[in-house]
Amino acid sequence: MKSCLIVDDSKVIRKVARHILETMNFEVHEACDGQEALDSCIDNKHDVILLDWNMPVMSGMDFLKKYRQSEHNNDAKVIFCTTENGIGHIQAAISAGADEYVMKPFDRMTLESKLQIVGCS
Amino acid sequence: MNIHSSIKSLEILSSILEEKTGQILSAERYWRIQTSLQPIMREHNIPDIDSLVSVILSNANRNLETDCLEAILNNESCFFRDQANFALLTGPVLDAIKYNKNKEKKLRIWSSACSFGQESVSIAIALSENFQKWSGWNIEIISSDVSNQAIYRAKKGLYSQFEVQRGLPIGLLIKYFKQVDQEWQVNQKILNMIQYHNHNMVHNNKFIGKFDLILCRNMLMYLSEENKMIAFQNIENALNPNGYLMMGSAETLADYKSKIEPCQDFRGFYKRNHN
Repeated sequence: MKSCLIVDDSKVIRKVARHILETMNFEVHEACDGQEALDSCIDNKHDVILLDWNMPVMSGMDFLKKYRQSEHNNDAKVIFCTTENGIGHIQAAISAGADEYVMKPFDRMTLESKLQIVGCS
Repeated sequence: MNIHSSIKSLEILSSILEEKTGQILSAERYWRIQTSLQPIMREHNIPDIDSLVSVILSNANRNLETDCLEAILNNESCFFRDQANFALLTGPVLDAIKYNKNKEKKLRIWSSACSFGQESVSIAIALSENFQKWSGWNIEIISSDVSNQAIYRAKKGLYSQFEVQRGLPIGLLIKYFKQVDQEWQVNQKILNMIQYHNHNMVHNNKFIGKFDLILCRNMLMYLSEENKMIAFQNIENALNPNGYLMMGSAETLADYKSKIEPCQDFRGFYKRNHN
């Protein structure tokens, strides 16, 4: 069973994403911000991380930079999932090591498609 | 609502659809008619399907029939549909065609039920990603659909945020599209690689010429057996010897004896033999 970490400060988004991912047979973990996500990655090896951009404590971008530089468990596929839908944000995310990008709002087909593109479906 | 008369009305709409497009709607899919036509009925202040059919049959509004048929047609599609098969297509299958046609250096591809054009745009992008490999080649991509509205949209190359997030890797989105408000416009260089035609697969297609690769995915399933045979014959006539046919992942040609046979080298593809 593949593992997915959902990082989003919105409980509703985490609930919706969890529902979709669980029907795709993912083991789902949740974090409310980038720091919680980093802590989760110390203890767990995730296959894919669904990452919001704007969060309290630590943003998605700051998490991604720290995560890719960390010594262990740093190779999960990272899919940004954010309302920051401008091309500048997308380019910055890719430069920082994101594998894919979901522009909110998203639906089941979007998420399934992005997971397939990164080889995690 | 009188259920029996409504079913009769749905049958009438279904028969008009078959007459004009070759496509059929089985009784199990009549729900699609009801769902698709709701916006049109609201726009014209028509209360139900029976009234709608009466207006169509009276010829009081000639555009109404066309609008209804366009609404019923299924335009579901996505970029790089069936990812694994599409990778096979843009990799080894195109390589095999390139090898066979290396003297002429001429490649013709037909996306024969193109919907809003995602399939032909995907092919054009894949070829552009390998432009050095195809340097010096004369490449034509023909994109056709029975729906006028679909072709109109395909020509514009403008896609919603939801559409560009289905099958299209983010790297290719920012490389080949530009953001226009809430939508995404495919760049002109890609659109210039594609010619668009409104064409019914059940009709004669000699004008369209011969192809090295034909994609006809998830369309034949909507045709009656008789029209399926005609459409398939048209495909066979349009495919060059050694040319390849790509169908939908759940479609098969098992019931047809023809010059097009399952390809031994590439699973899921068909190839036209020499005879």
